[in-house]
Amino acid sequence: MNSETQQQRLRAEVAGWMSTHLRGEFACLQYRGGPGDEEAYPALRKQWERELASGGWTGLGWPKEQGGRAMSVAEQVIFHEEYARAGGPGRMGHIGEGLLGPTLIACGTDDQRRRFLPGILNGTQFWCQGYSEPGAGSDLANVRTRAVRDGSGNWRVHGQKVWTSLAHDSDWIFVIARTDAESRGNRGLSFLLMPLDQPGIEIRPIKQLNGGAEFNEVFFDGALAAAEDLVGTPGDGWRIAMTLLGFERGMSTLGQQMQFIRELEWVVDAAHEAGVANDPLVRQRIARAWTGLRVMRYNALRMLAGASTDETGAGALSREALIYKYYWSNWHRDLGQLAMDVLGLNANLIDSSDAKRTRLQGVFLFSRADTIYAGTNEIQLNIMAERGLGMPREPRGTL
Amino acid sequence: MNLALSEEQTMIRDSAADVLAERSASAAVRQAIEHTAGRDEALWHTLAGELGWCALTVPEAAGGAGLGAMELVLLMEQMGRRLACVPYFSTVCLAATALAQCESAAARVWLSRIAGGEVSATLALDAAGGFDTRNASACAVPGFDARSVTVYAEETAYGYRLSGALAQVIDGASADLVLVPAWIANESQTIALFELNCADLAGLSRTPLTTLDATRPLARIELSAVDVPRDALLACGGDAQRAVARTVWFAALALAAEQLGGAQQCLDLTLAYAAERVQFGRAIASFQAIKHRCAQMMVEIEATRSAVLGAAQAWDQARDEAGNQAAVSLPPSVLTDIAAAKATANDAFRFCAQEAIQLHGGVGFTWEYDPQLYFKRAQACSAQFGTTAQMLSFIAEHVIDRSEASAVTRPVPLAHAHADHVQAVLAGVL
Repeated sequence: MNSETQQQRLRAEVAGWMSTHLRGEFACLQYRGGPGDEEAYPALRKQWERELASGGWTGLGWPKEQGGRAMSVAEQVIFHEEYARAGGPGRMGHIGEGLLGPTLIACGTDDQRRRFLPGILNGTQFWCQGYSEPGAGSDLANVRTRAVRDGSGNWRVHGQKVWTSLAHDSDWIFVIARTDAESRGNRGLSFLLMPLDQPGIEIRPIKQLNGGAEFNEVFFDGALAAAEDLVGTPGDGWRIAMTLLGFERGMSTLGQQMQFIRELEWVVDAAHEAGVANDPLVRQRIARAWTGLRVMRYNALRMLAGASTDETGAGALSREALIYKYYWSNWHRDLGQLAMDVLGLNANLIDSSDAKRTRLQGVFLFSRADTIYAGTNEIQLNIMAERGLGMPREPRGTL
Repeated sequence: MNLALSEEQTMIRDSAADVLAERSASAAVRQAIEHTAGRDEALWHTLAGELGWCALTVPEAAGGAGLGAMELVLLMEQMGRRLACVPYFSTVCLAATALAQCESAAARVWLSRIAGGEVSATLALDAAGGFDTRNASACAVPGFDARSVTVYAEETAYGYRLSGALAQVIDGASADLVLVPAWIANESQTIALFELNCADLAGLSRTPLTTLDATRPLARIELSAVDVPRDALLACGGDAQRAVARTVWFAALALAAEQLGGAQQCLDLTLAYAAERVQFGRAIASFQAIKHRCAQMMVEIEATRSAVLGAAQAWDQARDEAGNQAAVSLPPSVLTDIAAAKATANDAFRFCAQEAIQLHGGVGFTWEYDPQLYFKRAQACSAQFGTTAQMLSFIAEHVIDRSEASAVTRPVPLAHAHADHVQAVLAGVL
């Protein structure tokens, strides 16, 4: 059987499974969740993760010996496309499955893999990411949170993390903390795994400009990280943290694009309803947005082609990979603005019974975050100039 | 769909880059535009005659290499990067593409001569490309407006008599072979494609035009009762119209690739200059204001590259599925992909050329430095074979006007976060 036939079979299998499982009690999850809608049905979406796990749809790219299915990039893309096409909900388990799991597989101990990978795979343990701090935004290495070894060899953590997505719905957090008090910048950091449900941790929601609260502040006051829950060695945290970010590319982008396609369709529908579908300027902007969708699709295919042929991981620095975040986030922000212009005066009216308008208002508001989180526009441009074009690096300040 | 380049494709791209870096450097381009009407005869002889580049997309049956759009866009990108002053776009992308759609034996003979690098050729269509911007679905072939055909053919005892004029034909003055789409007089709505062997034709006048972009020669062509034999008719009716339309779309894709190369060179020239130019005691490349603009050029360029490669692969896939039959029209999704690529390329090249001048500072404004060559080429290309407005208008028709039917069934689930906000606001008001 050739791979084309195999892929078609997989596509049909995913589509079939989704149609028989995303129904009944899960029907309300269709098209829900994901950035901007993370507060939708968190408990039910966790249950959905267990449903996925029992269907064998977690850990697709993980090696078999770690409980994964060792799928090729092309196969994973097919899963994500069909998942999104069926309206599969935003994944609660994404941070564990997509980021921490692969990091532990690459850099963790056998003991850590044995203790943490099963909970990620079977949808019972949920993770969040403790990187950003009030003083460490774009300057991610400027970590102030510190971890000190206590008498028993465990770590006591003091400090604060911020913009922690889904911390309130998570069980564990991975944290980069300064274990060498004398160090600065990206040296002297360590990568710690910590349970959230403990006396030294407090989680406070941050209310966003769209009224939701997907992000949190997480405060650490002598919170415990067990000695065996440090990944790598003390002082090796930056390398581990960067390894993890390296996993944050590619695979799910085609699924995200399905959502973008859907949003543009809503804009087109709204244009018909508002009677502006024949307005030349509106038409041109919609056509530009559609053009951007094609660019994103083919750009993602280039990225995946690079990732699948390039075992060294150098594909992460290919120019098409470097532009991707900047491209989609600015496209999405423009789409939100276009949606509001199409709605005209009504864009200003809140009416929760008008689902389309409400969703488009959500795109307008939440897409403001897209060009800020995971590397602001300005940082993205720096990275492109320095890594993509080899231009001089920004000098460090002295403050 | 896999957008990884094969070994052969990488080789085509890299060897083209090497040849053109050596043979079409700035000095050679300037020599050609200042002294030989924008045509570098020696380079053309090398590329067409010695290296066999013209055989690239010509079907194997006609002595070509039978390769696809993917290989062609890789080559065109390199041509655009070096502003190669050769009639490749007209000969291969226009004439050979049209000829490959024709069933006649004469067409096959011309194709093999093109593949062998013996002749240059062009298509006598205004360089605007005949894209219909008003109502694409009303056309026999989507996007191509037959009203852009301005030559008429009258049947005579021996063949046909052609009359008409074309304002701007690419390489029109120098081409050995000119393919002329014309209306058959007294037969309404019938278009035919004729060959004009330019060596010995009375009534044919070709006037080179003076152009802002001197790297691509244009000519006005006038046909005053030009008599051609019956077998000069290569295709007729629907076949001819499809052949021309297909050619026009393929040309748009090829030109987009060429524009991509031009944009890339604008960035490369700028990076080299910014690394050397020192102000305030440092290379200007170290200023964030400069870095960000270069990065933005990179975004536009890579976006264009993705659009071009994707459209090329879509073209090849459609061709393979149709078994390369001329009568099968291209799926609309391929055309919209090409439209997306051309619109993106138009904007990217213009943006990069403009930024190249700005970031070169004063010398960017001089004749001596190269950005001006690309600036003019970028402007000219953006009006040839698909303007941004035309391409977007074509896309809009596809995306907006055909979506009305499906709109009703589209589900719109309510966003939770925002709905909560709605509730909160309502509660506050009440």
